[in-house]
Amino acid sequence: MAEPVTVRLTVNGVGHEGRCEPRKLLVDFLREDLALTGTHVGCEHGICGACTVLIDGVAARSCIMLAVQADGAEIVTIEGLMQDGALHPLQAAFREHHGLQCGFCTPGMLMTALDFLRVNPTPTEPEIREALSAVLCRCTGYHGIVKAVAAAAPVLAKRA
Amino acid sequence: MKPVKFEYHAPATVDEALALLGRYGGEAKILAGGQSLMPLMNFRLSRPAALIDLNRIASLAYIREDDGHLAFGAMTRQRTVEFSPVVAQRLPLLREATRWVGHLPIRSRGTIGGSIAHADPAAEYPAVLTALDGEVRVRGPRGERVLKASDLFVTYLTTRLEPDEILTEVRLPAMPAGAGHAFEEFARRHGDFAIVGIAAMVVRDGGRCRQARLATAGAGPVPVRLRAAEEILERDGLGDRAIEAATARAAELVSPDADIHASADYRRHLTRVLAARALRRAAGPGARRG
Amino acid sequence: MMSPESTRERWIGRPVKRVEDHRLLTGRGTYIDDHPPVANVHAAAIVRSPHAHARILGYDVSAALAMPGVVGVITGADVAASTKPFGVGVTAPVHYYCAATDKARFVGEPVAVVVAKNRYLAEDAAEAVVVHYEPLPAVVDPERALEPDAPVLHETVGTNLAGNRRLVYGDPDRAFAEAEVVIRERFRFPKYASTPIETYGVIARWDGLDGVLTVWSNFMGPFIMHPLVARVLGLPENRLRFIVPPDIGGSFGIKSSIYPYMALIGLAAMKTGVAVKWIEDRREHLLASSSGTDRVAYRELAARRDGTILGMRYRWIDNVGGYIRSPEPGCSFRPTGNFVGPYAFQHLEVDASVVMTNKSLTGPNRGYACGHLYFETEGMIDRLAATLGMDPVAVRRKNLIPATAFPYRTPTGGLYDSGDYEATLDRALEHADYAGLRRRQVEARAAGRWFGIGVALAVDPSVSNMGYVATALDPQFRAKPEYLPKSGAMDAATVKVDPLGRVTAIMATTPQGQGHQTVVSQIIADELGLRPEDVTVVDEMDTFTRVWSISSGTYSSRFGSVGAGAAALAARKLRAKLVDYAAHLMEVPVEQVEFRDGTARMKGGQGPSYTVKDLAGRAHWNATSMPEGMEQGLQATAVFGFSVAGAVDAQDRVNSSNTYGFIAEVMAVEIDRATAAVTIDKYVTVHDAGTIINPMIAEGQIYGGALHGLGGAMFEELAYDDDGQLLTGTFMDYLVPTASEAPTIDIAHVVSPSPLTPLGSKGLGESSSMTVPAVLANAVSDALAPLGVRITQLPITPSRLWHLIEDAKT
Repeated sequence: MAEPVTVRLTVNGVGHEGRCEPRKLLVDFLREDLALTGTHVGCEHGICGACTVLIDGVAARSCIMLAVQADGAEIVTIEGLMQDGALHPLQAAFREHHGLQCGFCTPGMLMTALDFLRVNPTPTEPEIREALSAVLCRCTGYHGIVKAVAAAAPVLAKRA
Repeated sequence: MKPVKFEYHAPATVDEALALLGRYGGEAKILAGGQSLMPLMNFRLSRPAALIDLNRIASLAYIREDDGHLAFGAMTRQRTVEFSPVVAQRLPLLREATRWVGHLPIRSRGTIGGSIAHADPAAEYPAVLTALDGEVRVRGPRGERVLKASDLFVTYLTTRLEPDEILTEVRLPAMPAGAGHAFEEFARRHGDFAIVGIAAMVVRDGGRCRQARLATAGAGPVPVRLRAAEEILERDGLGDRAIEAATARAAELVSPDADIHASADYRRHLTRVLAARALRRAAGPGARRG
Repeated sequence: MMSPESTRERWIGRPVKRVEDHRLLTGRGTYIDDHPPVANVHAAAIVRSPHAHARILGYDVSAALAMPGVVGVITGADVAASTKPFGVGVTAPVHYYCAATDKARFVGEPVAVVVAKNRYLAEDAAEAVVVHYEPLPAVVDPERALEPDAPVLHETVGTNLAGNRRLVYGDPDRAFAEAEVVIRERFRFPKYASTPIETYGVIARWDGLDGVLTVWSNFMGPFIMHPLVARVLGLPENRLRFIVPPDIGGSFGIKSSIYPYMALIGLAAMKTGVAVKWIEDRREHLLASSSGTDRVAYRELAARRDGTILGMRYRWIDNVGGYIRSPEPGCSFRPTGNFVGPYAFQHLEVDASVVMTNKSLTGPNRGYACGHLYFETEGMIDRLAATLGMDPVAVRRKNLIPATAFPYRTPTGGLYDSGDYEATLDRALEHADYAGLRRRQVEARAAGRWFGIGVALAVDPSVSNMGYVATALDPQFRAKPEYLPKSGAMDAATVKVDPLGRVTAIMATTPQGQGHQTVVSQIIADELGLRPEDVTVVDEMDTFTRVWSISSGTYSSRFGSVGAGAAALAARKLRAKLVDYAAHLMEVPVEQVEFRDGTARMKGGQGPSYTVKDLAGRAHWNATSMPEGMEQGLQATAVFGFSVAGAVDAQDRVNSSNTYGFIAEVMAVEIDRATAAVTIDKYVTVHDAGTIINPMIAEGQIYGGALHGLGGAMFEELAYDDDGQLLTGTFMDYLVPTASEAPTIDIAHVVSPSPLTPLGSKGLGESSSMTVPAVLANAVSDALAPLGVRITQLPITPSRLWHLIEDAKT
């Protein structure tokens, strides 16, 4: 069936339903059909990581997944990180440690780091760097990002 | 970079998937984790008439231990392999290799069956399958068959699977108790496909090497089992001189190609260097003398 | 430096957290692809040449027009009929249109545009556009392209040489005749880019009845391209509106080259009658956006045996790709004023050839031309040191421009405004423990390890003087009466106080992640005695509403001095008005009023005082309370423009930039004897960029710039095969360094305020991107000195390095 399909999914706790061609990429569905433009498109071949979102709790690239594949999934994007009107501790750490400049890789960095810190709540710096190598940044030299993730780790570990 | 139009099916069973595959007569593609296929489709280099998505076939995601083997459903995510206690215990080489597969968000979706069926010669899983003499189960309209690692890979991105067949299970013999292992890889950046990678396992028996297993990633159009090098170790043990001789032999056994990242000669040289590193680490600290 | 009298600590100099971060961390940024500025926007897909060199015989768009959702197709034929070619920076008759017309000259060159309801459908239809090509032989190597039997790209030019200038300063022939030592070397610098994670984007709407074309784009300037695009499209300048969204996802010079697409998509909107959006995809970006030039350089250095450099000769062959797109040949001439770097030698000959080949087009890329320059120069200095048996630091020290010489006029016309090069070098040596590193090297060598130490110095030019590009033209051409000299660098800022006392600054500096809103809020807060959070900074370029000039934009590390300077001047102008107004209200002479901590009061402290809010209320609600002759309202617009950089003179001298910072770096590396992999053991970079407004942001620029330099030195290359096919057309093969490859960087600052800028600040945006190729190559060469291996080509890949080592062993 190349005809439009119905996609029902939950994004940041809110249910959505849309219709699209089966070939529509998940990232395009989020940005165009749901107007959630916080997730960015950087390469469309799964390398730069700017489009990374949480799908059923784990980080994955939304540019190399079809929207129809996310039917029934629970997705979290950068727009869903704030809690009670305040920055999530990871977001706050990025601000504190200058973990962003242009902000374009930031959604991918945040979602990747969030997943990583759940898997590894007490990482070493090389482990942080290895995890963040999933996302390309051209502004920061990664310095502030690595610092931010290191600073957020104990805060998140305490909350867990 | 948007894919061409295609028909999309998400069958719930392998039988349904096989029926669909038959219906499209070679014009359909199997979608597993999608981490290699979807980029090719976004580049419009892959243009299937239909996609048959295996992600809704729950019965294809499992890790089972049976008969001295670990059996992996083809749709088992690489991430699941990475964090599986039974893999850590029985197949630590596979676990170590998994850490070299792309990045965590890639491993969230990427599958063990997809990686092997895609047959990228620089990928880690085909090297491990080759080193450990694993096999894959394949189902098609003519029933089920088993392909040994040594028979599976034909050339770049090509296996002996027929277009109407689906790889359903990957089987790896559990590593013998006390086996040493190492996966060494050299890439220009973290997370890239290997320029050269080496999967190694050794089983020591006092000063002797009862069993040695060595296979490459990135050193030719298919993963190469370095049997002649293994034989030197099984004959002469795991001392420095034996490793030197075995890895020199290993470099002769590969026929790497050149690309913009590395020359053929450099890849051949790395085969030797990484095989030595892998063997020393697999052999453990006690094996250096002799 | 001017500073308001204040009892409070100044905001300038503090690592104030960024106001940009909240929106960017929560997914609420506004990038070009985020929110359509007008309804019913259609999507464009660009048909691109698969051939490196081919004559275009014709088009068949009928099948594409019949595809679902397609509203129109334009081809090179429309481009030829409806547009003019862009002006180029050389006199050679290169006809560069916004898409191929007669021939395609590189793989990925636009040949047609399809407009459809969405991008998916547009890509479908783009595949259905038939273009008939006659493939022609290609040439990609710039030296090969100059051979008489090489394929010629532009028949109208008759050769692939777009231009050549031989520039002579002082008496280089005599310097070489008197030399006791002459060093020669050939270098190759690779073609690499910056690949911002956000690609190019353009949205265009044509209002036919009004004849106005509005173009939204993540274009970073310079806005000299506005009149250029207007001319190409045949529009009066006041009927062409450029709007830049508040957020740009990185640029690093690359997005200065969007302008041909602004014309092309503008034309598509004019021809189809619908609003058209084109978002470049990554494949298009790698194929056809922009990059630095690849260069072959022949260097000669003349010196005395004591290490004194007498003169140098540079012969450059710069490869600008299929056409010469403005501002090229800046690749050769952008550093004219700082050709000599930090060294005092007076005699120089530069022979610069700019060559067209069947590669993609080039333009500014972080460190524009300076990465090339210092890779060669610093490599030559190390070779001199080795030849003389001197320490590389000692040779450099001997030749540095002394601290007492500033402001210093270089033989090529540069005016180095301030600096203390030796103190900065000493700071770097101290931070790196240079002596300790040398001791470690002795131990490492004794143990058979390859451990090397590199040093590199660079004068860091910022705020380019538009006029430098004319260095490419012959002095006789520039002397013609009809020739209009070019010069200048300026920016404007407006500061206003609203009726309730809110202070707003309005800028048009097209920031791409450099935190301009934050920095301007610090500056205004200091000038008006407020807190940064009291100041709202709007930084959105719109050529219809902002004060701008051809040099506007953010490029050439110019915001920290020009944009920041304009903000300071506007705030000072407003402050002076507030004081005048307060004095009038107090009925005292203005000399008796001071402005401190946001309040105007009598100097003695007696009598009434007026806060900014008090004055705002009175000025807005009781406008006649303002004194006779005072302009009503509380606002000020100021322009800051440099006056030290004029047009190129008859001797080809030009102050090509307006301020000049300085960088001193030390790097230690170890090379794996088995794999030839290079590991950075230590990397120290010391910068003198004058006054630092926000050290957090400044250091962020250094971290990023250094990694760009490392990318070019070790990882990144737009590599082509001999037929002109791109070999690195994906992010799988074009290797952007990741967090795992990024080194730890030890940063320090020396501050020599610029006497030329309102705040004493200089630019810092390009920073270490221009030094890392040099310092890394020098460190690797030093590590391999026992084998006699010297790096002459980048990127230093493990495979290449292994072959160099193997060749040296045999």
